[in-house]
Amino acid sequence: MVSYLIYKAILVLIIFGITLFIAMYSTYAERKVAAFLQDRLGPDRAGPFGILQPLADGVKMFMKEEIIPDVSNKFLFLLGPSLAMLTCLMTGAVIPWGSSITINGTPYSLQVTDVNIGILYLLGVASVGVYGIMIGGWASNNKFALLGALRASSQMISYEIGMGLSIIALVMTTGTLSIGEIAAQQHGGHWNVFYQPLGFLIFLICAFAETNRAPFDLPECESELVGGYHTEYSSMKLGFYLFAEYINMFISSAIIATLYFGGYNMPFIGRFIHDPNMLTLLGTAFLFLKIFFFIFLFMWIRWTLPRFRYDQLMNLGWKGLLPLAILNIGITGVVMWLMGKI
Amino acid sequence: MQPLTNRSKVVGDKKLTFLEKIYLPAILNGMLITIKHFFRKKTTVKYPEVKREFAPVYRGMHVLKRDENGAERCTSCGLCAVACPAEAITMTSAERKPGEEKLYREEKYAATYEINMLRCIFCGDCEEACPKEAIFLTDRIVPSDTLRQRFVYGKDLLVEPKEENKRIDISKRQTKEVLEFKKNKELQHNKLR
Repeated sequence: MVSYLIYKAILVLIIFGITLFIAMYSTYAERKVAAFLQDRLGPDRAGPFGILQPLADGVKMFMKEEIIPDVSNKFLFLLGPSLAMLTCLMTGAVIPWGSSITINGTPYSLQVTDVNIGILYLLGVASVGVYGIMIGGWASNNKFALLGALRASSQMISYEIGMGLSIIALVMTTGTLSIGEIAAQQHGGHWNVFYQPLGFLIFLICAFAETNRAPFDLPECESELVGGYHTEYSSMKLGFYLFAEYINMFISSAIIATLYFGGYNMPFIGRFIHDPNMLTLLGTAFLFLKIFFFIFLFMWIRWTLPRFRYDQLMNLGWKGLLPLAILNIGITGVVMWLMGKI
Repeated sequence: MQPLTNRSKVVGDKKLTFLEKIYLPAILNGMLITIKHFFRKKTTVKYPEVKREFAPVYRGMHVLKRDENGAERCTSCGLCAVACPAEAITMTSAERKPGEEKLYREEKYAATYEINMLRCIFCGDCEEACPKEAIFLTDRIVPSDTLRQRFVYGKDLLVEPKEENKRIDISKRQTKEVLEFKKNKELQHNKLR
């Protein structure tokens, strides 16, 4: 029992560390990708190629003056960024980061917990994530922050529906809500994206909206709302909000890779390598490769597309994605019925 | 009606086709354009290590020249200050004492000479006004600083070093036309008495 707890604690710590590390370097990657897409070089002063830039940014964030507005609700003002950070870190627990490593005959799964309602857990935590932004925006007692928070909450609620419905079609084909099982089912190149292309597209678009990334970054659009929900935030509390966005991006990429792109499965590699531990590690590496690609995709899209107008955003969510997702469920049902699976 | 130019275009609210309505082809097209830029040659000049090439007549930081014997050419006549449209130049004069002939070219010299680099617009009018060829603009850049007071450059920063090999080269700014103009004996503006 104790050894089980220690193994879980170590796994949690490792995943926590890796998540923070990748989020940290996502900020650097974002700036580099933005620069490269605009024919610039980006940060290159701190260390070779500027790889110490995230550290410099972190130090800067910590050294900045911390301002809590007099008219704000102090407790909620502090709760906002903490909640944003907490919820985005919670999701990592149900993602299978690899199959399992066998040490001394005992298999150790690389998933912290394979709850049998993993997908529901994901959607639930994503919904709680709205509160971080909403509470922060409301507690600032600032009209821009409030507008940003309003936008964020209505946007995330609207897109959660499309996301949930696209996942329902996925659940229909896989027959399980456990993420570990969904990942395991895609062994041997049977990636869900081939069975659910439309569902994947809807999920991808909703993931962009859920993480408040361009072209759906209306909650913090600087040209209209100063800084949106984090207008009044300074110092590391602002850093927490920005950081939470990058962690969300990382986790979203991990979820997309796991649900639709085979997770840790690597086609054909089983023919060349037979050591199971080696296979697991390679699979994890391959999963991270997929995750990095999707993080790059997030950035690539951000620096390509202009921001949506708010009514366009709502139109797309309610009149575009929602009917499409329902249609997708219908098509999935019909095809499964024709193939005799139900 | 006759159109004024042949560039006029009839604007209509044409219904979008299905492909245009679902955005995706346009988005993919845009992504293709941005990814092409990803691999393109970057235009950034990494400034302190790599310096961008200047035009030969670039107008940067000023220099107060010395003559061939190492004496300061400036006589503190104040023409540059008068010519300066930004009123960036101030100076005080002093009389040359016996024994200082090596230091100053003529009987009067600038005891202090200050240019406020934040006011200066680098137009080069001071250089044009100077009858003694004492002040020139060079291709050196005024470095950035964190304190406004430090941008008021005194003689310590403006006068060129005495050593022959450390002199600031301003030959690039003396174009053929300028040299031709100076040869003109009638003007005699640069002649030693």
